[in-house]
Amino acid sequence: MTDKPKVAFYWCASCGGCEEAVVDLAEELLGVAAAVDIVFWPVALDFKRADVEAMEDGEILATFVNGAIRTTEQEEMVHLLRKKSKVLVAFGACAQLGGIPGLANLWDREAIFERAYLTSPTTENPAGTVPLTDYAANGHRIQLPGFYDTVMSLDQVTQVDYAVPGCAPTPNLIAAAVGALLSGDLPPLGTVLAPDVALCSECDRRDTKPEDLHITAFKRPHEIIADDETCLLAQGLLCLGPATRAGCGAQCIGANMPCTGCFGPTSRVHDQGAKAASAIASLVGADDPAEIERILDGIPDPIGTFYRYGLPHSLMVRRRQDTVETTA
Amino acid sequence: MSGPSLNGDTRIGVYVCHCGTNIAGPIDVEAVTEYAAGLPGVVVARAYKYMCSDPGQELITHDILEEGLDRVVVASCSPSLHEETFRRAVAKGGVNPYLFQMVNIREHGSWVHDDVEMATAKAKDLVRAGVARVRFHRPLEPRRVPVDGSAMVVGGGIAGIHAALTLANAGKHVYLVEREPTIGGHMAQFDKTFPTLDCAACILTPKMTQVRNHPNITLWTMAEVVEVDGFVGAYRVKVRHEPRFIIEDACVGCLECIDVCVFRNGKTPDEFNLGLSKRKPIYIPFPQAVPQVVVIDPEACIEFRAGCRKKTCVEVCADRNAIDFQQVATFDEVEVGTIVLATGFKTFDAGRIPYYGYGRYDNVYTALEVERLVNAAGPTTGEVVLRDGRTPQSVGIIHCVGSRDENTNTHCSRVCCMYSLKLAHLMKEKTGAEVYNFYIDMRTPGKGMEEFYNRVGSEGVHFIRGKVGDVYPEAGDTGRLVLQAEDTLLGRIRKIPVDMVVLATGIEPQSDAEDVRRLFNITCSAGGFFMERHPKLAPVSTFTDGVFLAGTCQGPRDIPDTVAQAGAAAAEALALIDAGSILLEPNTAFVSAEDCSGCKTCIGMCPYQAIAHIDGKAVINEVLCKGCGTCVAACPSGAIHQNLFDDDEIFEEILGVLIHA
Repeated sequence: MTDKPKVAFYWCASCGGCEEAVVDLAEELLGVAAAVDIVFWPVALDFKRADVEAMEDGEILATFVNGAIRTTEQEEMVHLLRKKSKVLVAFGACAQLGGIPGLANLWDREAIFERAYLTSPTTENPAGTVPLTDYAANGHRIQLPGFYDTVMSLDQVTQVDYAVPGCAPTPNLIAAAVGALLSGDLPPLGTVLAPDVALCSECDRRDTKPEDLHITAFKRPHEIIADDETCLLAQGLLCLGPATRAGCGAQCIGANMPCTGCFGPTSRVHDQGAKAASAIASLVGADDPAEIERILDGIPDPIGTFYRYGLPHSLMVRRRQDTVETTA
Repeated sequence: MSGPSLNGDTRIGVYVCHCGTNIAGPIDVEAVTEYAAGLPGVVVARAYKYMCSDPGQELITHDILEEGLDRVVVASCSPSLHEETFRRAVAKGGVNPYLFQMVNIREHGSWVHDDVEMATAKAKDLVRAGVARVRFHRPLEPRRVPVDGSAMVVGGGIAGIHAALTLANAGKHVYLVEREPTIGGHMAQFDKTFPTLDCAACILTPKMTQVRNHPNITLWTMAEVVEVDGFVGAYRVKVRHEPRFIIEDACVGCLECIDVCVFRNGKTPDEFNLGLSKRKPIYIPFPQAVPQVVVIDPEACIEFRAGCRKKTCVEVCADRNAIDFQQVATFDEVEVGTIVLATGFKTFDAGRIPYYGYGRYDNVYTALEVERLVNAAGPTTGEVVLRDGRTPQSVGIIHCVGSRDENTNTHCSRVCCMYSLKLAHLMKEKTGAEVYNFYIDMRTPGKGMEEFYNRVGSEGVHFIRGKVGDVYPEAGDTGRLVLQAEDTLLGRIRKIPVDMVVLATGIEPQSDAEDVRRLFNITCSAGGFFMERHPKLAPVSTFTDGVFLAGTCQGPRDIPDTVAQAGAAAAEALALIDAGSILLEPNTAFVSAEDCSGCKTCIGMCPYQAIAHIDGKAVINEVLCKGCGTCVAACPSGAIHQNLFDDDEIFEEILGVLIHA
């Protein structure tokens, strides 16, 4: 062991894209690897939980956690890593805001299990087996992690020092975050390590957005061939750039696809989805209620659209639940 | 966006008002006060009988000095009544007046609840919210903007005339804009005025002449406002002048051109006489029109239709050279400090009630047509002659045509009962006819009105309390029409044949009131009349500062009330102008430039056009901003803030209300 700073990576409810993002640092990864000791990284390195438990408290300089929290195991692990780390970073939209898995908050465990294990068209489960936390087989009892009704962002479980936004975070932000950590030149606790201004500020197409935009029909990306120089909102595509933090360099828009909001809100916004919905609603070019309804019908999945990455972290958190939260 | 002193080190005083028994009845004021005393940051909590009284206000000032308060909450009535009062008391104590929050436990509490326990609990919640919020208040300064010394009056009826003269007599320059070729409005069409039976023209035309001759009034007829920009104190108004085809300054009003017009007789229905007579293509609306300048109707004049004719008018005008067939619309742009809207009304279109037969039976008239018929300057020189040449022996006046009727207008037009009495009197006087008034209720409030009603009754005019359900020709080709109504006093159906039917049509907003409303950025009441800022306490103001209302554009009213209101509007405008500058509420929105992404979402949202997109950022003109908060809520990245309504203040307030839940 050297005395290089120790860094850990961990994943919770996530797709693996954030791990890819770390690898996407390409040559820069080598520089990071040379500067630090990676002491824990389940996706790449063979360390166990016991190795972490054996560390001193605060021994790790920084742990980057990606993924949302939806199982007891994930919660345990982040508490453990919190204890062992000087700095805990929510890495990516799921850890920061709940992410795509957070849309599960429109249902509860029972409904999710029923769909995933019993009723989905591709499921073949005649015995009706659903996940259990306690199971006996061949004379052995095994315990499995419990599954929460509600998906949580990392900061709803433990204290988070910084967040790197994105689905997934972009290499420039990761490099900057790592650089800041290693240099010790850190902003105030709680800062999201990206510009605190909306995406339009760095969008090449901003000047093409009219001041008096009136949308009479929302389009979906597959329905039109969008002009690649004009503001996508002006073309009826639902671009959430106005309600989304900058920092990605407007990459999606560069590929002629609208912003879906993965960088989350700016620090001044309490609820990205509500802000985005009201901003978009204000562009509806009609006064007649029936006409307004027709135009809004062009947004087939409002929650999935406006709260795609942040339902757990929104003011709503989840759909109203009549049952008391338990873990199965 | 944090306040100067938060959490723990604030020194808040809370004052709970009894408002006599208004609040102290349904709310346990002492319990609320005791509760407030225990809230974080509160160092003094007192209850007092009338907080708005001088001793009540002095409590605040005294405690600020003695207890070192730096925040004040008063739980009493609506802020629209006493926020200013208490802000002044706070300022008197030496604390910035915006470090104050008013909590409404009367309109939102005692007046709407009768369960003492629940109402008291709610009052505690509201006080807690106010205390939570006031901690985040920041000191603010009201803004001062200069006021341009001139005014615009839109509409040249009696309201506009009176407002313009009042302002002009006070030495202010007034632009009076009228879209018709003459000022005078509806009043110029009336014969006599109720209840005094003054000749309308005799009292109106001197005022019209005064307008024309007043050095402080610029009179623009055939002109309409097309654009309004700017804000209170500095409105920029664009006015479109329709071509009159007469050079106004060159025309001396000799009217010789009318005599020599190649049309020997008029062929165009005369608008001023409501089509009861015809006019020529070159005409003057009525003898006392102001300005005394003729006008050419290009639709009727053959010069416009065929050209190359004799142009007898041009010949007779000779070296005065007042006729100009080439005139086109022109524009003027002026800056004014205030605007008085006096755009008037239109009468209800009687054709909308088909069973009264207007337009179908010749002898059904509207009241305004009858005004012209009985007028000595009218098409019949004052003789009441029916369209078939007969003099009516019997007349039926139907009240409430297009008023107090759920199928047309629900409002009472206020003037119809009185003018129906007046017309009944005049017709009886002129023809000796039997006159029947069919009314729902006789409404004759006001000075001399009931007396006039009694007088007309004693003259032998008949009153039948019942709504006419049908008007149909009498059998046997008598030329008479039968009015059928249920006489609700006798409890039976009456069928009364008459020679002439008069429809007492009601008052409606002008058909383009909605456009005018939008142009001047004001609001309309449910019926479409312009809305006053407060029905009792700001009856001639609008929600747009510096724009005032006079006359029937705000609601139906008679001439005395119109003139009184026009005077009030002029006084409000004068107060604004003479102050030289005005203080604006500092509850405006502002953009944090470094946070603005330039997404432009806010720009179209602003109802006051106060936001511009400059160099990639939104910029709010704080003089135009009314503090409505729309842009603040709309800004998708939270880059717009509003004084007194920042997120921390609002969220604390909400939490304060809900925390016990």
